[in-house]
Amino acid sequence: MTTLATAPATSSAAPLAEPPARFRDLIASEWIKTRSLRSTPWVLVFITLFVIGSAAVATFSDRAAGSEPGSFLAYDAFSSPGYLTLILVAGSMGALGVVSEYSSGLIRTTLAAVPARGAVVLAKAVVTAVLWTAVGTVAALGSFLVSQAVLRGHGADVPITHPDVLRPLVASALLAPVCALTGLGLAVLLRHAAATMLTSAFALLMLPTMFSEGNRWSADIRHTMISAAWTRLVQTWEPDPGSLGYAATLPGCWLVYALWPLTAVALAVLVVRRRDV
Amino acid sequence: MIEVQELTKRYGGRTAVAGLSFTVRPGQVTGFLGPNGAGKSTTLRMILGLEAPTGGAATVNGVPFRSHARGLRHVGALLDAGQVHGGRTATAHLSALARSNGISARRVGEVLHEVGLAEAAGRRISGFSLGMKQRLGVATALLGDPPVLMFDEPVNGMDPEGVLWMRRLFRRLATEGRTVFLSSHLMSEMENTADQLVVIGRGRLIAAESVREFAARSTSPGVVVGTRQAAELTAVLTAAGASVEPEGSAGTEKLVVTGLPTDRIAALAFEHRILLNELTTRAASLEEAFMELTADSVEYQAGQPR
Repeated sequence: MTTLATAPATSSAAPLAEPPARFRDLIASEWIKTRSLRSTPWVLVFITLFVIGSAAVATFSDRAAGSEPGSFLAYDAFSSPGYLTLILVAGSMGALGVVSEYSSGLIRTTLAAVPARGAVVLAKAVVTAVLWTAVGTVAALGSFLVSQAVLRGHGADVPITHPDVLRPLVASALLAPVCALTGLGLAVLLRHAAATMLTSAFALLMLPTMFSEGNRWSADIRHTMISAAWTRLVQTWEPDPGSLGYAATLPGCWLVYALWPLTAVALAVLVVRRRDV
Repeated sequence: MIEVQELTKRYGGRTAVAGLSFTVRPGQVTGFLGPNGAGKSTTLRMILGLEAPTGGAATVNGVPFRSHARGLRHVGALLDAGQVHGGRTATAHLSALARSNGISARRVGEVLHEVGLAEAAGRRISGFSLGMKQRLGVATALLGDPPVLMFDEPVNGMDPEGVLWMRRLFRRLATEGRTVFLSSHLMSEMENTADQLVVIGRGRLIAAESVREFAARSTSPGVVVGTRQAAELTAVLTAAGASVEPEGSAGTEKLVVTGLPTDRIAALAFEHRILLNELTTRAASLEEAFMELTADSVEYQAGQPR
């Protein structure tokens, strides 16, 4: 080993008394990062209004309103165009929080400040989950209330306390965080912006449409998809027993909701610790 | 103190750092010098645990940096001033980093003031000049008041006033007993800033010694002699055992003489009635020592097939 000349006696080279490393400081740090970007509030307001607006449009254009049992119409509140867009936006924004750090190199600054890399990813996941659960809840409640306000004109509205309302409401509120966390996990695994965005949109939106419920194997694949699980969870009627299609089970759908984000984040935590940045 | 032992990094078939060993001691400014592509940044990233070495190890104050759960109080680093999110303000950027390490928000204001960015604290980083980003990077490094600081090419993009400020800052940090390690591909920058040097080329150690020792490696100090009787003088000096090289463009008649001190050259010229119009001792420059030592190890050399 090569050594340099001996150092003079030093005065203040000891590190400051160090406070314990607290996970909630990491959460607070990630929250500062999220809220300090000008685009964040704009995107959140836009997507919330879009979901609510598309529920209003779907309900207005429902010609059958008034001719069906009231409970059936809870479904109008959760229109596909609004929620498929929510899937796309939540997935992309969840990914963007990570991808933007990789593309700017900020990730190196972040990980030099916090060498506990797994904790950084988990803190990001917590902030993403809480933020998008809040957005999803506002969007789901809003789209439900707006569609019921429209249906009231036909005397076909249902109250929020109706037994068929809770499951679609919760499933719609949780759709956003499920997709955002999946996007976040994918972003850590893929790192590149374009690749992450495409993969996230493909896995969350396009892939489920490739598989029909017409035969067993295809239905099995389809039932592992988030958007298919959401479609089933917001249906307030039981599948027609005479139907030729294979329907997903409700517990299976909730499992899909849990497994996608958990798997994505768990893989992200494992991988980020091992890879060079 | 930073200790690097047999550090090696290979990317596929390309070796970026090959068995590098050196020690960076506290209380001094140590320059980390090498041509572009020599492996300086890779080494700094391995010291910070951002990249895992293929072989060998790096420790900071005796432990691998990644053994700390939080880093800012142990090592402050400026790796690349561009590693920020342009959409955030300087305050937001530093606040997030400070908070992650349990550092008070007050400290953010202090470091911004210290690097001269107090006025720009509320502005988005995308509107910063490179010099301002460098200052922000220095602020990041100072945030945790760490005993070890590393800066990768810190003066890039700085104006002369900024360069002076940085030199004074590095000096002060070293005087406070901290370990200050800064990389550069510009020798001239180190001449004015560093006490010690670690010089590498193509991922290998070339020298690790004081700036003065390094400068002394330059082939010879030499004396520049100007005269209109160059041919005569060359003959006289060569006969006296010196080696003489013509220098400069044709017509200026300058010679670089090595092997004889100025007083002997003057005496010989006087004896032979040769009129001198210049007689200057040329100090050994670090730049020359650097060029000579790294000549074989420049990664990307202009106009030469490799």
